[in-house]
Amino acid sequence: MDLILQSIPRLLDGALITMQITGLSVLIGFLLAIPLAIMRVSRLRVLWMPVYVFTFYFRGTPLLVQMFLIYYGSGQFQGFLDSVGLWYLFQSAWFCAVLSLTLNTAAYSTEIFRGGIQGVPHGEVEAARACGMSGMLLYRRIIIPKALRVSWPAYTNEVIFLLQASSLVSIITVMDITGVAREIAARSFAFYEIFLTAAVLYLIIVYGLLWVFRRIENRINAHLNVGAG
Amino acid sequence: MPFIDLHGYGWLIIQGAKLTIYVGLCAMVMAIVLGLVGVMCKFSESALIRFLVNCYTTVIRGIPELVLILLVYYGTPTLIQDVSALFGHHVFINLDPFIAGTLTIGFIYGAFSTEVFRGAYMSVPKGQIEAAHACGMGRMLIFRRVLLPQMMRFALPGLGNVWMVLIKATALISVIQLPELMRNADIAARATREPFTFFFIASLIYLGITIGSNIIQQWAEKRANRGIIRE
Repeated sequence: MDLILQSIPRLLDGALITMQITGLSVLIGFLLAIPLAIMRVSRLRVLWMPVYVFTFYFRGTPLLVQMFLIYYGSGQFQGFLDSVGLWYLFQSAWFCAVLSLTLNTAAYSTEIFRGGIQGVPHGEVEAARACGMSGMLLYRRIIIPKALRVSWPAYTNEVIFLLQASSLVSIITVMDITGVAREIAARSFAFYEIFLTAAVLYLIIVYGLLWVFRRIENRINAHLNVGAG
Repeated sequence: MPFIDLHGYGWLIIQGAKLTIYVGLCAMVMAIVLGLVGVMCKFSESALIRFLVNCYTTVIRGIPELVLILLVYYGTPTLIQDVSALFGHHVFINLDPFIAGTLTIGFIYGAFSTEVFRGAYMSVPKGQIEAAHACGMGRMLIFRRVLLPQMMRFALPGLGNVWMVLIKATALISVIQLPELMRNADIAARATREPFTFFFIASLIYLGITIGSNIIQQWAEKRANRGIIRE
């Protein structure tokens, strides 16, 4: 019990890293996924085909492989990366962790938002067109807001999955919750005590995040619930 | 592949891929069995059983797979040792990575398939269950004859998704040194100092498994729905 209490401050440091890495990947992944989703629903083959290949690859392979490909695999191209001045980035486990999580979540979110965009009723698009909106304006004012609202529950799941998947960064030596837990456990042999504590910490963060996302969901759908109270 | 030199590690990769599929199938069978037991508990008349199964699905889905795998593989033996030491016995236990990995993955995805079956259960019209009651069928008989065949049809897309996530999650068992695809790719990558080549091949094999599963899933869904007329 003492050991658990002693390790809590360090595990909380790990929790900060977990949240930082997840938050950063979710943010960049989200910003990537919106334009990618728009390209994905395009009728032009040069636009949707590359996005399709990207999402297919990143959704069809385990995150661990992607992370190893970026972190260890980049070593095979050290000469090239050095010559373009990017090698120092790929040497950092933290950078590789964020990069792989970002690409992974971008792929999943792209498909989620694609579903959302395709779920926008055609009548609304026609009405907007009739009002003279087209191109960017149509997307910005009508399609994206509606698509986000439709796909929000699925996106919530994706963020929760990413938060849990971020535990894999401990395998490439980043000291997140799992990384800290593994180190303490290996040194003290208190395996189940420490891993159970880490599990409880994850549970708190996951259900806390879920609560926040539900609040956002209620907020963006507030206009639909006027009568229902 | 003539254009890539695998330095003789090709067979290791293939053996790893076989073990990956084997672990995945074992875990999936366990997940389906747990899911069916779980869904029976979810609609149980006893509030205690309902509470327990809700705890199971809520807690498991909130903890990362990696933490659970580490907890089971490293934690269970020490827990058993500590408990038996309390009673004055000194035992030494080492879990087999295959058993620990398969059980953990099966246990985790049992929670997910419970939710899939719950959705499928609710898709079966209530009138049919009432009709079966009226015919004098008992709970188990209704489950076996009326619910299960139809649930399977509704659950098929969801189970397919569970399988896709599950087979990718098996890569995590490499962390506890089970020689599956990921672990063997790692061994080959270290030995040859060509990490990109081997991890890329591993990723293509996972991709191949995904594509193959997709084809089987589509076939299975078509087959399961052949008696149904779509409006």
